Amino acid sequence: MARTTKKPAARTRRPTASAKRARRSPPARDVLVLVATRKGAFLYRGDAGRRRWRTDGPHFLGHVINHLVLDPRDGGTLLAAAKTGHLGPTIFRSTDRGRSWKEAARPPAFPKAPEGETGRVVDHTFWLTPGHPSEPNAWYAGTSPHGLFRSEDGGVTWQPIAGLNDNPQYREWMGGPQDGTPDGPKLHSIIVDPRDCAHLYLGMSSGGVHESRDGGRSWTPIVRGLEVVEGFDAANLAFHDPHCVRLCPSNPDRLYQQNHCGIYRLDRPSSEWLRIGKSMLKRVGDVGFPMVVHPRDSDTAWVFPMDGTTVWPRTSPGGVPGIHATRNGGETWQRLAAGLPEGQAWWTVKRQAMTADSRDPVGLYFGTTSGELWMSRDEGKRWSCIARHLPEIYAVEAAEA
Amino acid sequence: MKVLIPGALRSYTKAREVEASGATLAALLADLDRRYPGLRFRMIDEQDGIRPHVRFFVNGEQALDLARPLRPGDALYIVQALSGG
Repeated sequence: MARTTKKPAARTRRPTASAKRARRSPPARDVLVLVATRKGAFLYRGDAGRRRWRTDGPHFLGHVINHLVLDPRDGGTLLAAAKTGHLGPTIFRSTDRGRSWKEAARPPAFPKAPEGETGRVVDHTFWLTPGHPSEPNAWYAGTSPHGLFRSEDGGVTWQPIAGLNDNPQYREWMGGPQDGTPDGPKLHSIIVDPRDCAHLYLGMSSGGVHESRDGGRSWTPIVRGLEVVEGFDAANLAFHDPHCVRLCPSNPDRLYQQNHCGIYRLDRPSSEWLRIGKSMLKRVGDVGFPMVVHPRDSDTAWVFPMDGTTVWPRTSPGGVPGIHATRNGGETWQRLAAGLPEGQAWWTVKRQAMTADSRDPVGLYFGTTSGELWMSRDEGKRWSCIARHLPEIYAVEAAEA
Repeated sequence: MKVLIPGALRSYTKAREVEASGATLAALLADLDRRYPGLRFRMIDEQDGIRPHVRFFVNGEQALDLARPLRPGDALYIVQALSGG
């Protein structure tokens, strides 16, 4: 009988690292990479090995898509934050993973101002975050100029969150449409604590990092330890410019932040950020846009440094792009660039345009301002290009199915 | 009343020319939005301002005010001031 002829050695061999990993991890699922660009949205459907990618798109050709996000709670609902150069902003919604789309009935919009007063106008929705799993139809949106909105019906209608938008102190920190980044102020990095649906974080560029413990009714700044541009007063929140804030899924008390003025870590309950970017190479610096955290290891995070000297070229330093990783909470950093261009590559990666999947080893993905989509199947050790010649990439998200 | 729709908004109307009614430009745009949901907000912001790159012409004359009166025989041309790259 075949069963009894099996060699004993095969049964007693010690399992390899990959076999151990395979036992720990759920079966590999296909990866869906969602790419939002200045001229439309693209979906890349990868196989379980993340080696072959099928392009689905462009969707909304000609629309500026700032963010494209799949709802992890149902695995099927996609929201796209859209506008064109000539039309007002809106949200498109798909419940079949992009096969068909329907426009939101009431996209994010500020309340109409009383007669004689000047009201705010949403220029575009910049950021989308699905709500807590206990609130299956809740979504949050961050806009430019600064505005926080919530949907309770899966993105069909949106209501402003007055606790932030109309708070006089926050209005002062937010500034007007002329303040903030060159493309307008951005409310971003909306984070829902996986342990508590009422515990929220967000970032405002500019305006600082803030948290709410009551679902957005009231907010508290968390900016202690953060530096601002030399010569400005760090006590004034208007001078704080967090570029991207991420919470570690494996340790929700740990947050990482890529700021205009460095890379930081925050371990709650402390409210003081620790600058961990000082240990980056001096010629590279610790300025950048995106921040990515490991799905299972809160000591591991990745950044994409850019040139923040002189007039802020916002390109790869020296035209030589490289991801930098820490495996020890920011004590040390390692450059990971195998497979990336070795010179004359003057692109960068925007704050939503770098992400990780939850596979083991983790897949990393980033999109460039020059329209290239790159990925690594081994946590950054080796990089390959999935797509070239796309429009400028604004956001990249990875989902699994 | 005849309304000429620019290319960027035809995903809503599926037609270059549609019919709508209203005693003012505001009322006509509200009627258009009832017929083609979402169309108005792409042209008019939440403060009832005409968006920067959208222009309305009634019988060939630019209308800058949503209170502009309309008559049944008027023709409304919605024009996009194309700009940007």
